[in-house]
Amino acid sequence: MQLTNRSKQVSNKEMTLAEKMYLPAITKGLGITLKHFFLKKATKPYPDVKTYLGPVFRGHHVLKRDEQGRERCTACGLCAVACPAEAISMVAAERTKGEEALYREEKYAAVYEINMLRCIFCGLCEEACPKQAIYLRHDRFVPVFSDRDEVIYGKDKLVEKSDDRYVRTNPNVQATPTEPSLSRSVS
Amino acid sequence: MDLTIFIVKSIIILAVFGISLLIATYSTYVERKVAAFMQDRIGPDRAGPWGLLQPIADAGKMFFKEDFIPAQASKWLFILGPALAMLTALMSSAVIPFGDSIRFDNYDIPVQGIEINIGVLYIFGVVSLGVYGIMVGGWASNNKFSLLGAIRAASQNISYEVALGLSIIAILMMSGSLSVRAIVEQQAEAGFLGWNVFTQPLGFIIFLTCAFAECNRTPFDLPECETELVGGYHTEYSSMKLGFYLFAEYINMFVSSAFISSLYFGGYHYPFMEQISNALTNSLGAVTGHNVATAIGTAAFFGKIFFFIFFFMWVRWTVPRFRYDQLMNLGWKILIPLSVLNIIVSASGLLFNGMKYASWLIVIVATVLAIMSNSRAPKGQVSPQRS
Repeated sequence: MQLTNRSKQVSNKEMTLAEKMYLPAITKGLGITLKHFFLKKATKPYPDVKTYLGPVFRGHHVLKRDEQGRERCTACGLCAVACPAEAISMVAAERTKGEEALYREEKYAAVYEINMLRCIFCGLCEEACPKQAIYLRHDRFVPVFSDRDEVIYGKDKLVEKSDDRYVRTNPNVQATPTEPSLSRSVS
Repeated sequence: MDLTIFIVKSIIILAVFGISLLIATYSTYVERKVAAFMQDRIGPDRAGPWGLLQPIADAGKMFFKEDFIPAQASKWLFILGPALAMLTALMSSAVIPFGDSIRFDNYDIPVQGIEINIGVLYIFGVVSLGVYGIMVGGWASNNKFSLLGAIRAASQNISYEVALGLSIIAILMMSGSLSVRAIVEQQAEAGFLGWNVFTQPLGFIIFLTCAFAECNRTPFDLPECETELVGGYHTEYSSMKLGFYLFAEYINMFVSSAFISSLYFGGYHYPFMEQISNALTNSLGAVTGHNVATAIGTAAFFGKIFFFIFFFMWVRWTVPRFRYDQLMNLGWKILIPLSVLNIIVSASGLLFNGMKYASWLIVIVATVLAIMSNSRAPKGQVSPQRS
C-alpha cells in the first residue's frame, strides 16, 4: 500500500565510486540544511505571540451581565445538570428589595462555583443555559494553577467585569444558526 | 627578559585562556541555536535577549546538580577523568599563533601563548593525551556502557590520528618547519592562492574528516552514541564533572578550528594583508600601524575560527552517525592510503620542479573516475513496491 508519493524503495545495489566518496552527497545535504537555516521558522514564541484560535474556541468561563449590568444567571441549575463532569455547583438565593440593579430576575446565584480540575471545556453548560448567562470565552485561557486552593473558581473570577465586557466579534458566528452556542446573540 | 615583556606575555596567555573558555561557553549556545535554525525552530530565547544568558543558566544548573560518584567506581580516577579531559583541551591552544606581533618601544611580542619550533608535534601530543580523559573516565565508572564508549573513543582516536598525522606531512614538506607560526608565515608569503587549502585540497579534506573524528563530533560521535550506549563514556557522570566533559568537547572544537585555520587557511593572513599593513604603518606610524594591522589579522583569524566552529555544527546537524565498521573502514582503508598517496604525489611534485599544486592531480583523477563510474552505473529505476 502506498500512502504517500515520498516513500523511497530501498535497494542493495553496489554503490558507485561517487557514492562511495560520500562527498557529493554530504555537500548536497549541507546545502539542504543551510537552506533551512534561513527559512522561516515554524515555532511561535507562545506567551509573547498568541495565535487566534477562532470564534468557537472554548476557554475561560464567564457569567454574563445584561445591558444594564445585571447578572443574568437565575441559578436554575440546568448547567449543573448538563455538566458531564459535574464541575458546577451553585447556591440559589432570592433577590431582596433594592437589589434590582444587581440581578435581573427574582432568583439569583449567591454562590456559583466551577471546579476547573473537573471541567472538560465541552461547552454543554453554555448550550443548556436558558438565560444565556454562561459562556466559554474564545479569547482567554484558564490560567495554570499550582495549588489546589486555586482550582475552584467562584463568582469573583467568573462574573463578567462591567469594564471588561465579553463580545464574540465574528460576523460568521451569527450566520450559523444550527449551532445554538454560536447563533445565540450575546449581550 | 624585561618586566614589560613578561607582563604583556602574561596578559596574552590569560587572554588566550579566557577567550578559549568564553568561546567554548558560547559554542554551547550557538550549537543549540544552529541546531534549532536548521530544524526550522527558534532555539533557546528565554534567558536574556535572544537567550544570550543561556550558557550561564546551563552552568548554574550544572553546578547545583547532585555530584554523584557510583559506589563501585574507582573514586580518584573517576574524578581524574574529566579533569584530564579539560586539562588537555585547554593545553593545546598554547602554540596557536593568534596574530602577528604586538610592537612597543623596540620589542616585538608574538600574539601566541608560546612560540616553539615543534608546535605541530606539541598539538598532536596533547590531542592524543586527550583520549586518556575519556578512557580513564569510562573505565573508572565501572559500567559496561561507559567502558564500551571509552574503548570506542580510544580506538577511534588512535585510528584517525594516523591519517591526521599523515595528511599534514605534505604541508610540513612545503614549509620545512614544525612551527605553526612558520607554516602560517609561509602561507602569508605565498599570498591568497598559496594558502594550503589551495595547494593541498586532498590533505585538507582528510585533515578535516580526521579532526571531526578526533573531536568525537558527529558523524563520528560513536563514543557517546545514545541509541547504543546510553550516554557513552559519561553515562555515570553528573553535575560539573559531566559539564567538564561536555565543555572539553567544545574547547577541542575551538582548538581544532584554530588549528585548521592556521594550517590550511593562512591563520591570521588575509588577502591584501601586505598592502593594508603598509598603508597602516605609513599613515599611523611604525608602532601603532603595526599593532592595528596585527589586530585586523587577529580579527580575520577569529573570523575563520568562527566559520569552522559553525561548520562543525553545520555538519553535525546534517550528516547522520556512521556505523562502527564504516568508521573503521573509512579510517584504515580509505583515509590512510589516500594520505600516503597524497604524500607521494606532493613530494614528487616538490622534488621535480617545486610544483606545489601536484596534489590537485589526485583530486582531478578521483573526480574523473567518479563521474565515469556514475555514468556507467545502471540507471535502472527501482520500481515502487506494491503490496
